[in-house]
Amino acid sequence: MAGIPHDHYEPKTGAEKWLHRRLPIVGLLYDTLMLPTPKNLNWMWIWGVVLTFCLVLQIATGIVLVMHYTPHVSLAFASVEHIMRDVNGGYMLRYLHANGASLFFIAVYLHIFRGLYYGSYKAPREVTWIIGMIIYLCMMGTAFMGYVLPWGQMSFWGATVITGLFGAIPGIGESIQTWLLGGPAVDNATLNRFFSLHYLLPFVIAALVAVHIWAFHTTGNNNPTGVEVRRSSKAEAEKDTVPFWPYFVMKDLFALAVILMVFFAIVGFMPNYLGHPDNYIEANPLSTPAHIVPEWYFLPFYAILRAFTADVWVVQLVQVVTFGIVDAKFFGVVAMFGAIAVMALAPWLDTSSVRSGRYRPMFKWWFALLVVDFVVLTWVGAMPTEGIYPWISLIGSTYWFAYFLVLLPLLGVIEKPLAPPATIEEDFNAHYSPNTGGTKTVAAE
Amino acid sequence: MMRKLALSALLALCGAGLGGAALAAEESHIHDTSFSFEGPFGTFDEFQLQRGLQVYTEVCSACHGMKFVPIRSLADEGGPHLPEDQVRAYAEQFDIFDAELDDTRPRKPTDMFPTVTGMGMGPDLSLMAKARAGFHGPYGTGISQLLNGTGGPEYIVSVLTGYTGEEKEEAGTLFYENTAFPGGWISMPPPLSDDLVTYADGHPATVEHMAEDLASFLMWTAEPKMMARKQVGFVAVLFLGLLSVLLYLTNKRLWAGVKGKKLA
Repeated sequence: MAGIPHDHYEPKTGAEKWLHRRLPIVGLLYDTLMLPTPKNLNWMWIWGVVLTFCLVLQIATGIVLVMHYTPHVSLAFASVEHIMRDVNGGYMLRYLHANGASLFFIAVYLHIFRGLYYGSYKAPREVTWIIGMIIYLCMMGTAFMGYVLPWGQMSFWGATVITGLFGAIPGIGESIQTWLLGGPAVDNATLNRFFSLHYLLPFVIAALVAVHIWAFHTTGNNNPTGVEVRRSSKAEAEKDTVPFWPYFVMKDLFALAVILMVFFAIVGFMPNYLGHPDNYIEANPLSTPAHIVPEWYFLPFYAILRAFTADVWVVQLVQVVTFGIVDAKFFGVVAMFGAIAVMALAPWLDTSSVRSGRYRPMFKWWFALLVVDFVVLTWVGAMPTEGIYPWISLIGSTYWFAYFLVLLPLLGVIEKPLAPPATIEEDFNAHYSPNTGGTKTVAAE
Repeated sequence: MMRKLALSALLALCGAGLGGAALAAEESHIHDTSFSFEGPFGTFDEFQLQRGLQVYTEVCSACHGMKFVPIRSLADEGGPHLPEDQVRAYAEQFDIFDAELDDTRPRKPTDMFPTVTGMGMGPDLSLMAKARAGFHGPYGTGISQLLNGTGGPEYIVSVLTGYTGEEKEEAGTLFYENTAFPGGWISMPPPLSDDLVTYADGHPATVEHMAEDLASFLMWTAEPKMMARKQVGFVAVLFLGLLSVLLYLTNKRLWAGVKGKKLA
């Protein structure tokens, strides 16, 4: 591996040598755990471990929930109530699983925005970024199909609205929609295939996570300065890094414990806060809820989907140019998926020579605005499409695209970045080493 | 660019204000009732649940069922906690069709509460306290629920006490004006009146009291494991807090060498 030079596993005993010659699995684990990691990583670098924990939590609780759940339109809702009332600890399993999805998405959004600010997507980490985006898409698919399984009103109508998006594709859309649903409408066939795929996709995600980790273990972690670890010799690399074990394992475990404390407070004291009351009403194809709202983690993209209505001039222009093939509905669908696609293209859209946002005086502000934009889109995605809300959605969506398609390419040209420190060691010492008057010293214990 | 920015910020503010006003008008009639089961340490009041069961049985069950609630759970600790024989006697009041007997028989505690369907009958009440939200604000964010809870039981109390006495007929159906019901007109006739039931414990049976007792009972039917859940939450938070402190100290000591700090 062309990675950062470090000590590798040396089998010592006879048994170790015997195994190592046949399957170097201990060496693989050793090298993975002892990965030289930039020692200046800040607290925004904890989310990867949190996300790994979430995946394990969801798979573990999910497997047990499946033992008690019945994927049938007339039994699904009742089987969830059976889990809540009769299964030992079932209420806890289900609330952990439902709120676990929220924790998963909070962590993934913080993880993505960390990458966007510190330029983690830039060369040579484009593959890590792209795989991450694929994981994120799989997460959305899994979460969406999982939300259908309790077969409440929002499950049913959410599934109807979202699968309807595929029906907007010109020409072949309706055939695709029927194929996805297994029939003309959301029904038992849909519930069964969603159940099957909801069980499958987490394992696909697990495999992609392994590749994601493999990719960034090859390039090394990014860090808050965006400066690469010096790798001409092991001695030099060791000035910039510490091994992942035990330094970052302990740090990440501490962060995970604090986050889980908050998580368990939510699960224990307000488990339905992030859910929608309508999903405690059994699905009824004859009664449409007043407002169909997706789960909170889909809201920013749902807002973008709804932003491009038929009275927006861009939509009208596209409709005329394509002779009506691309209508407002299809435009919205393309915009929604496009919003994620432009994010995936960030490595090639960002022209700046400096990686970390810390040394980019103009970028900083536009990035901060992107975060605000994301929050506003989340809020407006839950609002009805009347009054001022469509306007806010439209402005928010426009900024989202402008950030990636205009600002990222432009800022690299017009911005004068500050000089990043020469090495990670220099940055670290500026913060910590007592020799430079860095910080507070630990009081005698 | 800056002008567009300022404009969008201004628009966002206006939107927030408008949305808030609209939603405030919608939810202003849900009054916040103080229940014993609110907050991280709140518990169900066994006797209130029993009174609520009485209101449900004597009044609501005429038009509403509870098909997800097993009758045996009336004996549960953290619930109404009725003695076994009373639960059995309660179950026997309601007949159920048994496919094996090909006949009806009295219910057993292991059966569910009756299901009620048909013309003019109301929705199932098993999960009603979780299927409605009383609080939505501010500005539709739902953040107020952090303090007030979702407001399901409050919604139930507000609907039961929210009748103004006005009636109107539309397409052959009689509607009653209600300040808490979305849209303002509900097809359920006012179900409660003072002293409609007689509480064995001598509690005053005003409409407000009955509504609150019933709302508590329906919160329990919707979330029967609430007390056990809060206990798990409390223990988990406590132990994770302790673990956090230990990991913090471990981490600090571990990194002290790297950060060039002296450990005494």
